[in-house]
Amino acid sequence: MLRYIVNRLLLMIPTLIGVAILVFILLRMMPGDIVELKLLAEGGGVDAATLEAERARLGLDKSLWGQFVDWMTGLATLDFGVSMWTGRPVIEEISSRLELSMQVALMATFLAIIIAIPLGTLSALFKDTWIDHVIRVFAIAGLAVPSFWLGMVIILLLLLNFNWIPPLTYTPIYEDPWRNLSQLIWPAMAVGYRYSAVATRMMRSTILEVLQEDYIRTARAKGVLERLVIARHALRNAMLPVITVIGLEFAFLIGGLVVTEQVFNLNGLGKLFVETVTRGDFTMVQALVMLIAGFFIIINFIVDLLYAVFDPRVRYR
Amino acid sequence: MKRLPLLLMMAAALAVSAGSVYAQKRGGELKFAVSAEPPNYDCHANTSFAFVHPVRPHYNTLLKFDAANYPKIKGDLAESWTVSKDSLTYTFKLRRGVKFHDGSDFSSADVKASYERIANPPKGVISIRRGAYSDIASIETPDAHTVVFKLKAPNSAMLSLFASPWDCIYSAAKLKQDPNFPRTNVMGTGPFVFVEHAAGSHWVGKRFDGYFEKGKPYLDGYRAIFIRNTAARVNALQAGEVLAEFRGHSPADKDRLVKALGDKVNVYEQPWCCALVVTFNTEKKPFDDARVRRALSLALDRWGGAQALSKIALVRWVGGVLRPGYELAPTEEELTQYPGFGKDINKSRAEAKRLLKEAGVPDLKFKFTNRNIPMPYTPVGVFLIDQWRQIGVTVEHEQLDTKLYQAALRAGNYEAGLDFNCDFMDEPNLQLQKYLSADKSTINYGRYNDRTLDGLFEKQVRATSRPDRVKYLRAFEKRVLEEAYTFPTIWWHRVIVNWKQMKGWHMSPSHYLNQDLSEVWLDQ
Repeated sequence: MLRYIVNRLLLMIPTLIGVAILVFILLRMMPGDIVELKLLAEGGGVDAATLEAERARLGLDKSLWGQFVDWMTGLATLDFGVSMWTGRPVIEEISSRLELSMQVALMATFLAIIIAIPLGTLSALFKDTWIDHVIRVFAIAGLAVPSFWLGMVIILLLLLNFNWIPPLTYTPIYEDPWRNLSQLIWPAMAVGYRYSAVATRMMRSTILEVLQEDYIRTARAKGVLERLVIARHALRNAMLPVITVIGLEFAFLIGGLVVTEQVFNLNGLGKLFVETVTRGDFTMVQALVMLIAGFFIIINFIVDLLYAVFDPRVRYR
Repeated sequence: MKRLPLLLMMAAALAVSAGSVYAQKRGGELKFAVSAEPPNYDCHANTSFAFVHPVRPHYNTLLKFDAANYPKIKGDLAESWTVSKDSLTYTFKLRRGVKFHDGSDFSSADVKASYERIANPPKGVISIRRGAYSDIASIETPDAHTVVFKLKAPNSAMLSLFASPWDCIYSAAKLKQDPNFPRTNVMGTGPFVFVEHAAGSHWVGKRFDGYFEKGKPYLDGYRAIFIRNTAARVNALQAGEVLAEFRGHSPADKDRLVKALGDKVNVYEQPWCCALVVTFNTEKKPFDDARVRRALSLALDRWGGAQALSKIALVRWVGGVLRPGYELAPTEEELTQYPGFGKDINKSRAEAKRLLKEAGVPDLKFKFTNRNIPMPYTPVGVFLIDQWRQIGVTVEHEQLDTKLYQAALRAGNYEAGLDFNCDFMDEPNLQLQKYLSADKSTINYGRYNDRTLDGLFEKQVRATSRPDRVKYLRAFEKRVLEEAYTFPTIWWHRVIVNWKQMKGWHMSPSHYLNQDLSEVWLDQ
């Protein structure tokens, strides 16, 4: 198992290098110039010499190979440089938003788990009854309704009925838990609903599959209480695919909630991502892509480890 | 005799009580929304309202516009000023007792250092508007409270330029240590001290207790909240989470807020110092032919279009190269004499078709490059294409992201495009930059040179009498609209909706002016 863990960790390195090369190339293929956008977008008139000087300051006058070497060298030393738009360190820009994005992702995941596992199980156990139908409608609605639209509806309902909207700026939970939760519970619900719908359906189908297995019939034949059959045998085996789904969705939430963040005015990574791509802020985009890629890789790794926890037959060498 | 002391005491009491009665209330934090964020903190290097709204309250300028009486100018750091008879010398007497936020004294040296930085930026410093100050020959400081600007030639816009909201006065000492100090530091003489900038979230300022205008500012502080999404901004305003948004609202958003809030809000409306202009790449056929360009201008029913578009977009006014309503702009009667501005649209379109036929392109087809910003670029773009369709011209609408759009226009990778012309004030020296020859103007994307236009521009800059200036302006405008390298479509209309409890703010034609918040107070 230890060897497996070390191998997986080492494999992350070439994966991340590949992502770094790909994002570098793709960004340089994009047309447009951040310097022109910064200095000319609102009708400013600067001469060509000023534009060139700014490009030189940002390192954009270097050859592609020179820029690539700078990028890879920085990556190796975990120096992601400064934002080409604001001049602030990339780490600073990201870290100020990471906390919020992580919290929304965790809250949405928590909501998804506490909804999906019981509902998915109930739906499977009471298959083709009204309980199953209600839960399936709930799940399908969750899949069909875009989370940003649900977010807009939530905001409008709060505004029109209570003349209130969630706070517009982020307060960390350790500073003011009430204000923090009153801001983030709504986007967590909007996102968590869809998230729970996916997990509910996965839970239902895997439980139905597992309930057909021989060991379930054996456990019942031995006289094991039904609730123990479900809890100890069925659930544990059904969790594996659900863990995968939950893991992948969580990783997506870290930087993928672009529109939801705009609707709730959340200063998260999704919003930062869109802004920096629009501006062509190479250093920021590169760092964000590496962060998200890193997250996906680590989450996948944790999911694989959890497999071994849930299923003792799974042993990694 | 015994009554005299009593009378004197009564008179004194009356005088004190009269002086103590203020309408303005002190206190409170003003929260307002801003739809974008400043990329850095340097006034001289920025162009966006996203900079002005949060940052401007930390600084003063030499002069400023009297917002309640636009376009009158009044002193900010300057107490008084004189202009020599030959218009070559501007002498400013500066206020005394002014302090920077770090406690250091303000003096003429700071004005000199700031304007030298604007007009002749040192290496590594960006000064966006340096060209506008190229007439400054020297800056002298005979004493700590006097600064004298000497010009190379008379400049009709000079006094207005000293009132530019971008000409923040920095500390000479700080600039000497680091010419780029203002890029990452906020330290001025303005009514508010910088407290915090949470990137992507908000900007906070608090009252500067050492501000030179006693009793001001009235607010304890302000908080600018960055809200990118339009719907989210309107929601925030409706809920009262923010009391104001200082750029402008669309007609639909205004209607929604008025319906929801009724008499809790004030609505301000007036023409905006912004216009959308059509620009042609004159290096691409057939747009090198003035007949084709003029035809495309003649095809536009500006008067009808303005009325219709004003219901859905923030455009409303028909004007030439200067904002309609500005004192130097043509009257409506004068305007209708220009090609494309006549009221008989059928006659204009018949002429347009004739010109296209004469130019050999009766079934003209081209691609029209526009920004992908809904307000007001998309509706105006759609309107233009429909108008051109009326004369048999087929146009493909290409809407690009701002970065790509900018790149296309600058590189000449377009045929015709929708550009914009926005300035912080009504001033021909600024508005006409768009129409000058490409080798004279960095914002001419038409890639043409026209020395007649350049000559007329120069004449109106140097004109020392108003009638002369108007004469040259009319001639310039006529040439622009006849040659039609770039022509105005419809001028914008500014709508602001603020909560009534915010008082002391005055509307102007520019979203860059009157944003130091020194006179704003909260009635709560």
